[in-house]
Amino acid sequence: MRNISNIIGLILLFIIAFAVVLSVIWIPFGVPKETVGDYYINEGIDETGAANIVTSVVLNYRGYDTLGEVTILLIAAVGLGAILATIKRKTKKKVVPSSAVLSTGCKFLFPFIMLFGSYIFLHGHLTPGGGFQGGAIIASGYLLVYLGCEKKKINRNRFKIAESLAGLTFVIIGLLGLVFGGYFLLNFLPKGIPNTLLSAGIIPIIYIAIGFKVGSELTGVIDNLIEES
Amino acid sequence: MIFFVTLVVVIMLTCAIAACVIKDLLSAAIVAGVVSFCSAILFYFLQAPDVAIAEASIGAALVTAILIIAIRRTKREE
Repeated sequence: MRNISNIIGLILLFIIAFAVVLSVIWIPFGVPKETVGDYYINEGIDETGAANIVTSVVLNYRGYDTLGEVTILLIAAVGLGAILATIKRKTKKKVVPSSAVLSTGCKFLFPFIMLFGSYIFLHGHLTPGGGFQGGAIIASGYLLVYLGCEKKKINRNRFKIAESLAGLTFVIIGLLGLVFGGYFLLNFLPKGIPNTLLSAGIIPIIYIAIGFKVGSELTGVIDNLIEES
Repeated sequence: MIFFVTLVVVIMLTCAIAACVIKDLLSAAIVAGVVSFCSAILFYFLQAPDVAIAEASIGAALVTAILIIAIRRTKREE
């Protein structure tokens, strides 16, 4: 019985491999077949005003996908909170108090990490980086504070309000595009001069919103994990 | 240049194998963080700085921290 199922599996595997080879063999190897990448590189800066082409793809040509990614992150954070809320808390472990050098060092480094994270998402349309990366850096700054100075806690309600407002900003800007020009996430603001801070229309606003949203979400995940477990 | 990249790849492969083999889960989490850091360096050399920033901040910092928090709640030995 085991042998028959193994043989059937093997035959199915060969059929799938044959189909994959058959579909791939027609594509010439090493020749660029797609022209969409060239289009983004040649026309992206003029069309969107964002000097960073990756940003122009992520937020302008594929802005709807980014909204989906943000939603996935929100669902993951909410699910984690829901699971951790059902688990009974164990007896509290003894916490070793951190030394003065450690806590002072963490407090000294924290504003610089915040500044760097804000820089990453404010300049997302000019330099590499963006809302997701900046938000992750901000969350790692909060992680440092949680590890270094055990007395500091975040105000969860404020973080939830910031996250909701940021998500709302993203959707409202998308809907405004629908109002002004007829499709979702239309870049309705003036493009400005490329390579300046106030350029690229709605892209910096959306990246600021994503930075706040991702930063507060990931900080909430860290807070849930450290406090509840 | 090619020497440096080769060195990074060798370190990355060694750490990836070590993360599977080591029985101490805390050490395995740290070594997995080193793999993420090395891949961030490789992304930078492949001219993808956006991905490199994301990999360094999420893969090397936050994921390692979350793994260590999970180990603190469970057992340290495999």
